[in-house]
Amino acid sequence: MIDLTASEIRDGVRAGKWKAREVVDAHLERIAAVDPKLHAYLHVDADGARAAADRVDASGVKGLLAGVPVAVKDNMCQRGIPTTCASKILEGFRPPYDATALLRALAAGAVPVGHTNLDEFAMGSSTENSAYGPSRNPWDPTRAPGGSSGGSAVSVAARMTPLAFGSDTGGSIRQPAALCGVVGMKPTYGRVSRYGLVAFASSLDQIGPIARTVRDAAMFLQAFAGHDALDSTSAPAEVPDYEKDLEAGVKGLRVGVPKEFFGAGTDPGVRAAIDAALKVLQKQGATLVEMSLPHTDYGIAAYYVIAPCEASSNLARYDGVRFGHRAKSFDGLIDMYRKSRTEGFGEEVRRRILLGTFALSSGYYEAYYKKALQVRRLIKNDFDEAWKKVDVIAGPTSPIPAFKIGEKANDPIAMYLCDVLTVTAPLAGIPGISVPAGFTEGNLPVGLQLLGKEWSEATLLRTARSYERETEFWKRSPAL
Amino acid sequence: MSLPWETVIGLEVHVQLKTRTKLFCGCANKYGADPNTLVCPICLGLPGVLPVLNRQAFALAVRAGVALGCEVANVTKFDRKNYYYPDLPKGYQISQYDRPVNRKGRLEISMPAANKNIGITRVHLEEDAGKLIHPDTEGSSGVSFVDLNRAGVPLVEIVSEPDMRSPDEAHAYLAALKEILQYVDISDCDMEKGSLRCDANVSIRRPGDDKLGVKTEIKNLNSFKSVAKALAYEAARHASIIEGGGKVQQVTLTWDAIAEKTVVLRSKEEAHDYRYFPEPDLVHIQADAAFVERIRQALPEKPAARRDRYVKELGLPAYDAGVLTGDKELAALFDKLRGEGLAPKVASNWVMKHVLAAMNEKKIAATTFTDKTRRIAELAKKVEAKQITGQTGAEIFAWILGTPETASVDEHILKQGLAQVSDAGALEAIVRDVIAKNPKVVADYKSGKPSAVQALVGQVMRETKGKANASVAKDLLVKALEC
Amino acid sequence: MTRHLYPLFSLRMDITRPLVEKVALLARLEIPPADADRVAAQLGRIVTMVETLNKLDTKGVEPLSNPTGLVDAFRSDEPRPSLSRDEALANAPDKVEMFLRVPRVVE
Repeated sequence: MIDLTASEIRDGVRAGKWKAREVVDAHLERIAAVDPKLHAYLHVDADGARAAADRVDASGVKGLLAGVPVAVKDNMCQRGIPTTCASKILEGFRPPYDATALLRALAAGAVPVGHTNLDEFAMGSSTENSAYGPSRNPWDPTRAPGGSSGGSAVSVAARMTPLAFGSDTGGSIRQPAALCGVVGMKPTYGRVSRYGLVAFASSLDQIGPIARTVRDAAMFLQAFAGHDALDSTSAPAEVPDYEKDLEAGVKGLRVGVPKEFFGAGTDPGVRAAIDAALKVLQKQGATLVEMSLPHTDYGIAAYYVIAPCEASSNLARYDGVRFGHRAKSFDGLIDMYRKSRTEGFGEEVRRRILLGTFALSSGYYEAYYKKALQVRRLIKNDFDEAWKKVDVIAGPTSPIPAFKIGEKANDPIAMYLCDVLTVTAPLAGIPGISVPAGFTEGNLPVGLQLLGKEWSEATLLRTARSYERETEFWKRSPAL
Repeated sequence: MSLPWETVIGLEVHVQLKTRTKLFCGCANKYGADPNTLVCPICLGLPGVLPVLNRQAFALAVRAGVALGCEVANVTKFDRKNYYYPDLPKGYQISQYDRPVNRKGRLEISMPAANKNIGITRVHLEEDAGKLIHPDTEGSSGVSFVDLNRAGVPLVEIVSEPDMRSPDEAHAYLAALKEILQYVDISDCDMEKGSLRCDANVSIRRPGDDKLGVKTEIKNLNSFKSVAKALAYEAARHASIIEGGGKVQQVTLTWDAIAEKTVVLRSKEEAHDYRYFPEPDLVHIQADAAFVERIRQALPEKPAARRDRYVKELGLPAYDAGVLTGDKELAALFDKLRGEGLAPKVASNWVMKHVLAAMNEKKIAATTFTDKTRRIAELAKKVEAKQITGQTGAEIFAWILGTPETASVDEHILKQGLAQVSDAGALEAIVRDVIAKNPKVVADYKSGKPSAVQALVGQVMRETKGKANASVAKDLLVKALEC
Repeated sequence: MTRHLYPLFSLRMDITRPLVEKVALLARLEIPPADADRVAAQLGRIVTMVETLNKLDTKGVEPLSNPTGLVDAFRSDEPRPSLSRDEALANAPDKVEMFLRVPRVVE
């Protein structure tokens, strides 16, 4: 039962072939069996999951996700369920509200099984920056699953749930999806409501689906995308039917291959897998177009100014007054703030808060924050130019496959560079998807990244599906 | 004898907007509720929640700008002002930095010498903070309490140019600002409830100097009196520093209303670094020309214009017009009475005399009378037509105040027998009786004091409980005395 | 891997210990004195990496603070239910009766 896709589970529940309760029990059993090795979960809500499944079974309405077990990244608020962002500062916090995307999935019949591990406040690319210990890559548990949605990617890759919510700010869905051999999509900025997603960098954050197959990702996104009156930046535009043209193929599609996506740091195994993937698309009728996105290399620098600036402000509310950790002893108000925050936040979070506070402070704003926003414009302009010549841009999701846990832990810049190919999409606000593209010689998954213009999720899903149909890498499962 | 100094003053005024809900969430914008009962995840700043702009608050901010003659921005945006304080839930205030809703307005103030225009630099929209309570009960000396009911209430901040030259001008500016903002129905402007708050910037220089002196900022002035006193104190303090050979330090101060002096809050070095940046959770707002024009059209008339119109078009005495337009609700009441068919002067008399008297005596607002204008007008017409006397009119007015508008004035007059008695037949017996009971007065009259008849008229009125038509009574008395 | 893109040329902005301490106060964080030099050096390296942006001429380029092209998102001035006080204060680390409690605020 754990090998079923989300759409198979849903169809079976609708047809009465099995009950949502049986499905969730099988997945809870799987979690109990493999998660001690992988640590994908921070909190498993078995009772809540069974109750939700029973409700689906009792209900006459069988929605888009009827009976499908779903993992929730622990930066999405769920009413009454501990939501910590993998941070000590939120230990014990129980939100009195649900994230809109989660609420919509629940309304569609999804069964939430628990909250998954992440880099603290989604700041990281390996899930090592969790205050509750790292998650492990199911393909090689000595390696990191990527991040920050590492727990969600592991949950899907290790068959603990067919679907998981992720959130992407600089690559946090696509990179762990690539490193764990699953599908992950970051939608267009504004496609999905951010209400209830604990903010890291508000102008970049988007919730998106992680799934084993492209169809499951399409179906999942369908269930929670769309306008939300509670999020001013969510777009009122109608959501197209993502499954409708999923099998329409790529004939005539112009696929841009930017030379900057294949820099000298690209792992040879990754390079080989992506070259092969491009040939598959070509064989299926797509036209490959060599091109350039000249400001790609500046993405990391711009991102590591903009995201920390917004984060330094977004994380100011963790002050030990209304919720969250407060230090035991302190001397006056300012000391209370400083001790509570220093004890509550991990090192990487503190580092980014310092960086962002510096870049926004008087005398440095123009040189750093404003400069980064101007470069952000140049990066967006690169893409706007590109769409005149191509429909989709393709390349690796990550220049390297999964790395060893601890390998980059003491070198923040080395860790930041993991995001070099994923940060430009959120900076420009465009959608991107990572789809399994085979394995390196060391049997580590590689992800093919596809980027498209605003609101082109359907095109990206169709392209990814076309490639997936030919290759079927998703059928391979890690040995656990 | 030292040389004279010129005081230069600019004011920053925060005004709470009259909306039903807060600026970015659906919690009620209400004063005086139990602590921490008007809060939700959004105004509490819990993780993951987002602000959505209140349309009415934005419209009121535009209305404030239009009323103050500002240029309304085509596109306006919000920014975050970052600082830590326990009454500021998110650790930042959503405000406006470089693209405020309104810029470049003016406000006319009237001073004894001449009227003067004070420039308005900007009027922008922002959210209020919560309230801190510093308990002085035993064991509480080291703590403060936080009530977040006020957190997120919409404010406009109105920043003036440094155009005022005396504490009196600052006082006049505040009075004029309050008047106009109440008039266009943007705010209660009640300083006691904190719906109008004022910070002042002050510096001094020699008359004729172009350059401004070093300024100090006085925060949280919570009454008109404090503003005038604090500014006078601070200007004198600057003068004594400079005259003593010293230099004024650029500091932020607070006014100690009990000791009547300013106290340093923080130095320039300790000034906040607010790290303003664009609020990523909100989108830009476009106020197109048609939208602004609709607000301009719907703007209530300004007090000065209304005063002029009352004098010129309605022929009211300047004094009446001044009193009526001094309180927007009073003017509205006057207009409503005219709408019920009263002549301007009659309507004015009733408001000036009965309404104001009742307001003062019973400590009630002019709005108490809003739904009683039909009967008040009816009553005024009866008095005009001499169907009842002025004295009876005053009594019926008091009755109207205590009864619903459905209660009939006619019925009341009938039941209580309050109609004016003009019928000679009905009065003759009373006249004879009064003459018989007052031989001394009658003697005075007959000995050549015609004015003595007034005392007898008074007796007739007393006997009839004020219902007698005084001139008819007088005629009858004269006739009886002459024969 | 792509480290070659970010040569470690000399720091343009010198991230000194006093600067870091000032920023830490602004951010309401503490840096243990024993850690301050290390933190300053680390931030210095990141700032140097970020300064590669200066290789680009951005004169006249309009800053892009948010990719959303949306304008005029409003809500109507309709009250919605507030939380009960118990719910509102449920997650608070220190409260007394109706209030949140904090160390005495001086201003």
